[in-house]
Amino acid sequence: MTLSELEKSHIEGLTSRVFRAAIIFICGIAALIISIGLSVALGVTDIKLATVWQAVFVFDPELTNHQVIRELRLPRAIGAALIGSFLAVSGAVMQGLTRNPLASPSIMGVSHGAAFALIIVLIFFPAVTNLGMTFASFAGAGIAVILVFAVGSFSKGGLTPVKLALAGVAVGGMLSSLSSAFSLHFQVAKQMSFWYAGDLSGTNWLSVQLLLGAGVVGLLLALIISRAVTILSLGEEVSKGLGQNTLVVKTLGVIVVLVLTGAAVSVAGTVGFVGLVIPHIARFLVGTDYRLIIPVSAVLGGLLLVIADIGARLVNAPYETPVGAITACIGVPFFLYLARGERSGL
Amino acid sequence: MKHFSIQGRSRFWWTMSSLFVLILVMLFVSLNTGVVQIAPNDVIRTLLGLGDERQELVLFDFRLPRLVLALLVGAGFGVSGAILQGVTKNELADPGILGINTGAGLAVVVYIFFFQSSMASISGLGVYILPLFALIGAFTAAILVYFLAWKKGVNPVRLILVGIGVNAGFSAALIVFQIKMNPQDFTKALVWLSGDIWGSSWSFVLALLPWIIALIIYSLYKSPVINILNLGEQMAVGLGARVERERRFLLLLAVAIAGLCVAAAGGIAFLGLVAPHIARRIVGPKHQQLLPVTALLGSLILLVAETIGKNIIAPAEIPVGIVVTIVSTPYFIYLLMKTN
Repeated sequence: MTLSELEKSHIEGLTSRVFRAAIIFICGIAALIISIGLSVALGVTDIKLATVWQAVFVFDPELTNHQVIRELRLPRAIGAALIGSFLAVSGAVMQGLTRNPLASPSIMGVSHGAAFALIIVLIFFPAVTNLGMTFASFAGAGIAVILVFAVGSFSKGGLTPVKLALAGVAVGGMLSSLSSAFSLHFQVAKQMSFWYAGDLSGTNWLSVQLLLGAGVVGLLLALIISRAVTILSLGEEVSKGLGQNTLVVKTLGVIVVLVLTGAAVSVAGTVGFVGLVIPHIARFLVGTDYRLIIPVSAVLGGLLLVIADIGARLVNAPYETPVGAITACIGVPFFLYLARGERSGL
Repeated sequence: MKHFSIQGRSRFWWTMSSLFVLILVMLFVSLNTGVVQIAPNDVIRTLLGLGDERQELVLFDFRLPRLVLALLVGAGFGVSGAILQGVTKNELADPGILGINTGAGLAVVVYIFFFQSSMASISGLGVYILPLFALIGAFTAAILVYFLAWKKGVNPVRLILVGIGVNAGFSAALIVFQIKMNPQDFTKALVWLSGDIWGSSWSFVLALLPWIIALIIYSLYKSPVINILNLGEQMAVGLGARVERERRFLLLLAVAIAGLCVAAAGGIAFLGLVAPHIARRIVGPKHQQLLPVTALLGSLILLVAETIGKNIIAPAEIPVGIVVTIVSTPYFIYLLMKTN
């Protein structure tokens, strides 16, 4: 094969992957809309899909069902979709930046950091607003990310994948211990269990607005750096050799993770494994280009969490199961599969 | 070479004796402090049998059994971690990371959930059934991890990763049960899961003491085998060790020690990770020296953590496991930054 032929086949491969990603993206959006509809319709009292349609497009404030849909179920379903996509995109960016297939918000301590900050704020400033909580969550996620990356960067031999994951385990362990200490001392442990388990029941229109705000910043930035992340995921040397400023890319990547994870945790607590599993599935479907991985991850992550939330409400109705437990049911076998795989020489 | 080994040996004995002295000092400090303060003079008088009744009650019936348990559990977690690290050739192995703590915790929480109306009503026989459940849970987790990590043999890295996965799964199941408990039970379960020395009676100490000591001594006897396994698979096979069999046996030993410790003190994380690390830096990788130093270091760390947890926000107490984690993670992170 000559060079031009190689190039041609590469371009053909790329176009076919882009085409495939586009199809997956569009089908994913359709599935997401259907699952949001189902999520709104299914619950302790089942509501017909036709009523859901009416509640959205010809709203009648006199009907209880319409009220339930508008004020409780719709914001919850949309919130779940947004949170799922945020966690998945965070995970994808982390995996790309660190070249570590196990990197994800919960495993690297970011969610623990956000939860810790929320617990402190709730104990010492109980009158805090939702917006205040979101910012506390950003700050906590930020502290964890900065700690983890600092440990990795200031250590001998640099920011290796193993070191980063270890630093994540250590920082996460310490922050969750501090959370336990505070919540035990101030006797709010039971209320705080919410943040350990992941729970979408508090999602309202205000939280959706907060999520949308964070999403515009985080997702756009993720798309902007996606090409750079692809190159960085090939290795630090390759990236530097191509004249890339790796520090800038990493900093922007950290901001993406911080904004998206912080917003997600402030609304739903620590929902694990979405950020681990989805990027792998996306990579399997569309290859190693993060310009494709990031949008596909966003759609699939949203889909996963909406479905998990339906499961959380139905599995033991009328009681709710923590949604984090449902995502763990899906995520743990997947994690074990990754761990057993040949690529486990991390 | 000869010079080096003499230096190593004297260093070992020097370390052992200083650790021993430190433990004695900490024991004394810990006996003084607490909700009821007892002056040093009175502690000595009471220990010699000259104290008043109230001091005797506090020292002999409450503080001493608890401290003895702390010493045992600290040594046990340390040795268990050291064996796991040696066998898996991975310095990050620890009973907590391998899912053993969470397995034991899940078994205990499930037991409370199904067989007890509340945690407060556990009494009599329940005090002994609870540790039994913890042991069963620890072994179930360990066997599950080993089974899931098996793929034409057990690769150490895979073992750790599978451990992390199983751990996460158990944690998720645990939170489901915990959330259904009433707030008091929830808090008690959280305290236990974070690591807390709770069975502080002499009968409980006597029930655990012989087992933990026997298993630690047996581990010492086995230390040459751990040395060989620590060299790596090919070296070990070359030296004629039946690698998989020995590995399996030593893992079982480590799990048994950790299970007993979890039964006595709940899930104390990071102790099994940090104590062997520090010991290795002081006396090197030879397990004949590493294991005893680790045992004493583990005891010392847990004793210090117990004393801090008891006093820092007195009269309330912070579970000792939380103190261990908060105190030891900065050191762990420092290690992480220093090593290549």
